[in-house]
Amino acid sequence: MKTNHKSAIGIRQSSPRHLSPMAREDRLTFWCFLSPWIIGFVLFGAGPIIASIFLSFTDYSLFNRPNWVGLDNYRELFRDPLIWKSLGNTLFYVIFVVPLSTAGSCLLAVLLNQKVHGIPVWRTIFYLPTIVSGVAMGVLWRWIFNPEVGLINTLLSPLFKLFAIDNPQWLLDPVLAKPAYIFMSLWAIGGGMIIFLAALQGIPKDLYEAAEIDGAGPVRQFFNITLPMLSPVILFSFTMGTIGSFQIFAQAYVMSGRGPDNATLFYVMYLFDQAFRYFRMGYGAAMAWVLFAIVLMVTVIKFKVAKRWVYYEGEV
Amino acid sequence: MSEKASLPQRVITYTLLICLASAMLLPFLWLLRSSLCDEATVIKEIESVADFIPPVLHWENFPNVLKAIPLLMYLKNTVFIAICVIIGSVLSSSLCAYAFTFCHVPYRRHLFYCVLATVMLPGVVTMIPGFILFRELGWIDSFRPLIVPAFFGSAFAIFLFRQFFLGLPVSLIEAARIDGATPLQIYRLIVLPMSRPVIVTVSLFSFVGCWNDFMGPLIFLNSKENWTLQLGLNSFRGEIVDQTNLLMACSVIILIPVIVAFFCLQRYFIRGANMSGVKG
Repeated sequence: MKTNHKSAIGIRQSSPRHLSPMAREDRLTFWCFLSPWIIGFVLFGAGPIIASIFLSFTDYSLFNRPNWVGLDNYRELFRDPLIWKSLGNTLFYVIFVVPLSTAGSCLLAVLLNQKVHGIPVWRTIFYLPTIVSGVAMGVLWRWIFNPEVGLINTLLSPLFKLFAIDNPQWLLDPVLAKPAYIFMSLWAIGGGMIIFLAALQGIPKDLYEAAEIDGAGPVRQFFNITLPMLSPVILFSFTMGTIGSFQIFAQAYVMSGRGPDNATLFYVMYLFDQAFRYFRMGYGAAMAWVLFAIVLMVTVIKFKVAKRWVYYEGEV
Repeated sequence: MSEKASLPQRVITYTLLICLASAMLLPFLWLLRSSLCDEATVIKEIESVADFIPPVLHWENFPNVLKAIPLLMYLKNTVFIAICVIIGSVLSSSLCAYAFTFCHVPYRRHLFYCVLATVMLPGVVTMIPGFILFRELGWIDSFRPLIVPAFFGSAFAIFLFRQFFLGLPVSLIEAARIDGATPLQIYRLIVLPMSRPVIVTVSLFSFVGCWNDFMGPLIFLNSKENWTLQLGLNSFRGEIVDQTNLLMACSVIILIPVIVAFFCLQRYFIRGANMSGVKG
C-alpha cells in the first residue's frame, strides 16, 4: 500500500526509463482505451484526409483518372471572386451567431436553473427548435420569411404600415438575407442550453451555501461561482459553435440557395457546388483545406486565450 | 442560491421566460397552422388575429401525407440507425475520454487537440474519399456507413465526456487506484455511474444528430426502402412545390415522435443530473 501511494505521487516526476508500475499501467490503459478512436481515425479520418490532400493537387472529376496539376487549384482559389464572397458571407455569419448564441444559451440555462415551476415544460419548449432537422428547418423558415404571407412580415405589418415602409424581402434582399439566417440560428439555442444546464446542476450546492454565509449576493455568486464553474462549457460552446457555423450548409441549401447577388452563398455551399455539381473534386478538396486551415487557426487562438479564463476543478 | 427568490426577481424571471418561450413556440404554431390549412388558405394574407386559425381544420392533410410517402418505413430506418449510433458513441467515446482525463501520459493534451481537430475538418474533406472506401467495402446502400463509424468514438462526444470528467473529483479515482481497482473497474463502477447526466446528454445529441443527418443518408443510401425521414422529407419537398400545407404536415409528423421521446428523456435527464456524484 505504502509503496503504491508513493508511486501515485511520483507519476509526474518519474523519468521515462524508470516508470513506476502505476505510470506503466497508465500508459497501457491510455492506449487500450483510446484504440477505438485510433483505429477509427486511421480508417475514416486520416486515410480519407491524406487521399483528399492528394486530390487537391489533381483535376479529379469522378470520371477521369486524377492528373497531377500542382498548385493550380490553390492558385485559382485566390483569384476566384466567389471564394472571397462566400468566405466573407460565412465570416459575417460566424461573427454574429457564435457569441450571440453562446450568451443566449447560457442566459437561458441560468434562468431555468432558478427555482422555476414546471422546468420540464420550459426546457422542452426551448429545446424544441433544435430538434427541427436541417431540411424541415429550412422548409419552415423559408415559409416564415416569405415576404407576402410569412409569419415575420405578418407580425410586423402594423409596424410597417405605421412608418409607411414596404414589406422587407428578407431572403430575397441582399442586405437582409444574412441577418435572416442569424435570426433563424438564434432560434436553436436550446442545444447549448442543455449542456449549460447539465453543468449548472453539477456545481456543488455547498459552494453557494458557503458564499451565502460569507454574505455574497446573487450577482456576486453568479460572477464568482457560476461563471468560473461554467467556463469550460463556455469554451466548449464557443469552439463547437464556431466550427459548426463555418460549415453552415443544409438549411441554406433548402432556404435560399445562393441567394440574391450571392448574398447567402456560404463557403461549404460553394464547395459542394464545385465538387458535386461541376464534379471538380480536386478544386473542392483544395477549398476544404483552406477552410480547415482557417477554422484551425481560429480555434488555436481561442484555446490560447482560454488558458487565462477557463477554470477546471479537476486539473492540478 | 436562496431557498425562495424575492418577488421582483421571480416576476422578472417568469416574464423573460414567457417572452422567450413565445418566440420559440410561434414558428411551431405557424407550422401547425400551415399544416391544417387547405391549399388556398395557406397562401392567403392574414389580416386579423382571427385569421390565424384556419376556418376549417384540414386534419386529412396528415393521412394524405402518409398515403403519399411511406413515412413509417423511413421512421423505422431512422430509429434503427439512431439506436446503434447511440450505443456505439457512448461506449467508445466515454472510454476515450477516460483515457484523456485520468491516464497521466506524456503529450496526452496534444493528442487530445488532434482528436478535437478532426471535428474542425469540414465533413466534405473526408466525404469523397470516404465514399470511395465504403464503396470498396461494398457498404453502399446499407446502414453500415452511417452506423459503424460511431463505434470508433466521435470527437464531439469525447469532448463532452472529457469536459464532464474534468469536473469529477480526482481524489476519488486516485483512492480507488490505490485500493487496487483496475482501470476498467474504475471506469465501469465509479466513473460511468457518476456520469449519467453526460451519458444522457451524449445520447440526446447522437439521437438528434442521426435524426437530422441529411448529407450522410443522401450519399450512402440509394434505394427508397433504406431511406431515412430526412430523405423522405426532401424528396417530398421536390415533388409538391405548390402544396405548402402538405409539406408542413409532413414536417409535423416527423417532429412528433422526437418531441414525445424528448419528454420521456427529460425525466431521466433531471434524475441523472441530480444523482451525479460530484457532490459526494
